[in-house]
Amino acid sequence: MQTTGILAAEVFAVPDTAEDDREPRADSGQESRKHRVRAIARQQRGRRGGSLGDRGFFIVSWLVPLTLVALWEIFARLGYIAPQILSAPSDVARTTWNLARDGSLFTHLGASLLRAFAGFVIGGTLGFFLGVLVGFSRLAEAVLDRSLQMARAIPFLALLPLVIIWFGVDESGKIFLVTLAVLFPIYINTMLGIRQVDPKLLEVARVTGLTAWGRIAKIILPGAMPSILTGVRYALATACMALVIAETIATDKGIGFLVMDAREFLQTDVIILTLVIYAILGVLGDSLARWLEGRLLSWHPNYATEETA
Amino acid sequence: MVSRREDPVSLAVTCAVNVHGLCRRYGERVIIDELDLCIGRNEFVALLGESGCGKTTLLRALAGLDAADAGTIKRAGEVAVVFQEHRLMPWLPLWANVALGMESRTGRALARNALGEVGLSGRENDWPRKLSGGQAQRVALARALVREPRLLLLDEPFAALDALTRIKMHALVKELVARHHPGVLLVTHDVDEAIAIADRILIMRHGRIAVSLDVAAETENGNTACLRANLLNELGVDVPRFAHA
Ligand SMILES: Nc1ncnc2c1ncn2[C@@H]1O[C@H](COP(=O)(O)OP(=O)(O)O)[C@@H](O)[C@H]1O
Ligand SMILES: [Mg+2]
Repeated sequence: MQTTGILAAEVFAVPDTAEDDREPRADSGQESRKHRVRAIARQQRGRRGGSLGDRGFFIVSWLVPLTLVALWEIFARLGYIAPQILSAPSDVARTTWNLARDGSLFTHLGASLLRAFAGFVIGGTLGFFLGVLVGFSRLAEAVLDRSLQMARAIPFLALLPLVIIWFGVDESGKIFLVTLAVLFPIYINTMLGIRQVDPKLLEVARVTGLTAWGRIAKIILPGAMPSILTGVRYALATACMALVIAETIATDKGIGFLVMDAREFLQTDVIILTLVIYAILGVLGDSLARWLEGRLLSWHPNYATEETA
Repeated sequence: MVSRREDPVSLAVTCAVNVHGLCRRYGERVIIDELDLCIGRNEFVALLGESGCGKTTLLRALAGLDAADAGTIKRAGEVAVVFQEHRLMPWLPLWANVALGMESRTGRALARNALGEVGLSGRENDWPRKLSGGQAQRVALARALVREPRLLLLDEPFAALDALTRIKMHALVKELVARHHPGVLLVTHDVDEAIAIADRILIMRHGRIAVSLDVAAETENGNTACLRANLLNELGVDVPRFAHA
């Protein structure tokens, strides 16, 4: 089973907290016992990090960003930060409310999500099937792999002028860019995942008389799944990036349009709003990946959540 | 010490597997050289031999995992294998591991039974990662026996287990084989294991079966010390003969 870089960090288990509770030796007496108890208490405090419990750490982890936002608000209000440079958080909130009330925020968000979704579905499907094909067949590898690897080396930002010439400025060009961004990570990881399935397990398929389809469904695809989902994680990140770039192509709706428009009129608050939206999309994408991992990899020690199958 | 040559024609009917003139080479190196072997139906055979002498190669040929360069292998029916590693699919619950390759409707019920037989009833839905080494190897045993094989091939299945677990596994395997009565070939490097569990003990050398000993015939009044010393001598370990007789 392959362990990716991301997964490897999670392998380290929490050290065993069992204490050695033998009686102290007869000659060491009361004093030494007190010493021991104190040492253990110190050790446990060290583990939990002083008087802070899990709750304490949780509060601190939110306290820092909230304080930063509060400072930002105060300095903006006091006039230390010009609104064209960085709008106050309250201004951003007000703009958000206004855009939400007249519905334009949702129109733009919907347009962007549709592009991302369409690109993801097309690119993901293509990448998966190409990965399966090349993963299984040496012939398909010989025919396809080199070309795909070469195409992958082109940074998609550099494709922008060509995409505009090919597709003009309508939706298809934008979806095409997202498709490309998703296709390659899914392709590579599907192909590698299939190639890395333990041949010893495939021997079991032979001695148990598993059919070709059973071999794919019960051994190869589940074995490749950790790698495929790593590809999905990558693809979510690159899709987001491709979306930002694609939406710089002339358009009249989408988050990208909001940004271009705001830049023309120096509306820093709208620009900050779009940054927040992109961040939220990133977090949602991550949750989606986590959800998929929880469902599809519950057998895997690194993702284990449930008790039984 | 009797070295028995098998007659392939007369034994063919009673054999779970019948091997005649088997050859296997890796490049220039001959690993199996004109090997003849018959394992009777219901016979428990242990195969000893120095490390690297070709025991696994022979077993893989019997399992049909590798092609032979020459010779014939006749099998009486289905063959099942337990490898040194359990080789369970970590993404399949235990019952699905046992039922691998079986029809899905009957497979689950049969798998549940088989898991019960190896002392793991109630664990059908667990993931393999929750098992100890001995338990995982028991599931591998259930996976092999659930398809009622005519020939059961075991390639050092207990080698990685601790001594106590190994002894328990011997008893379990004996019991299961008595119930399902396949012909068994157990590859092992442990002379005592072979004596404790097998009807017949083979020693492989220079790509052939060099020694074939009937355990019951070589044991006097349950005293296995003589047989043990003989086997160790054949394997090149210098033990004074009849030391404990
Ligand atoms: N795939 C292979 N390619 C080349 N040589 C091999 C291969 N597999 C095994 N051998 C050689 O064949 C010999 C017999 O191996 P094996 O059957 O595994 O021995 P044993 O199981 O008796 O320890 C060894 O010397 C080993 O080096
Ligand atoms: Mg071996």
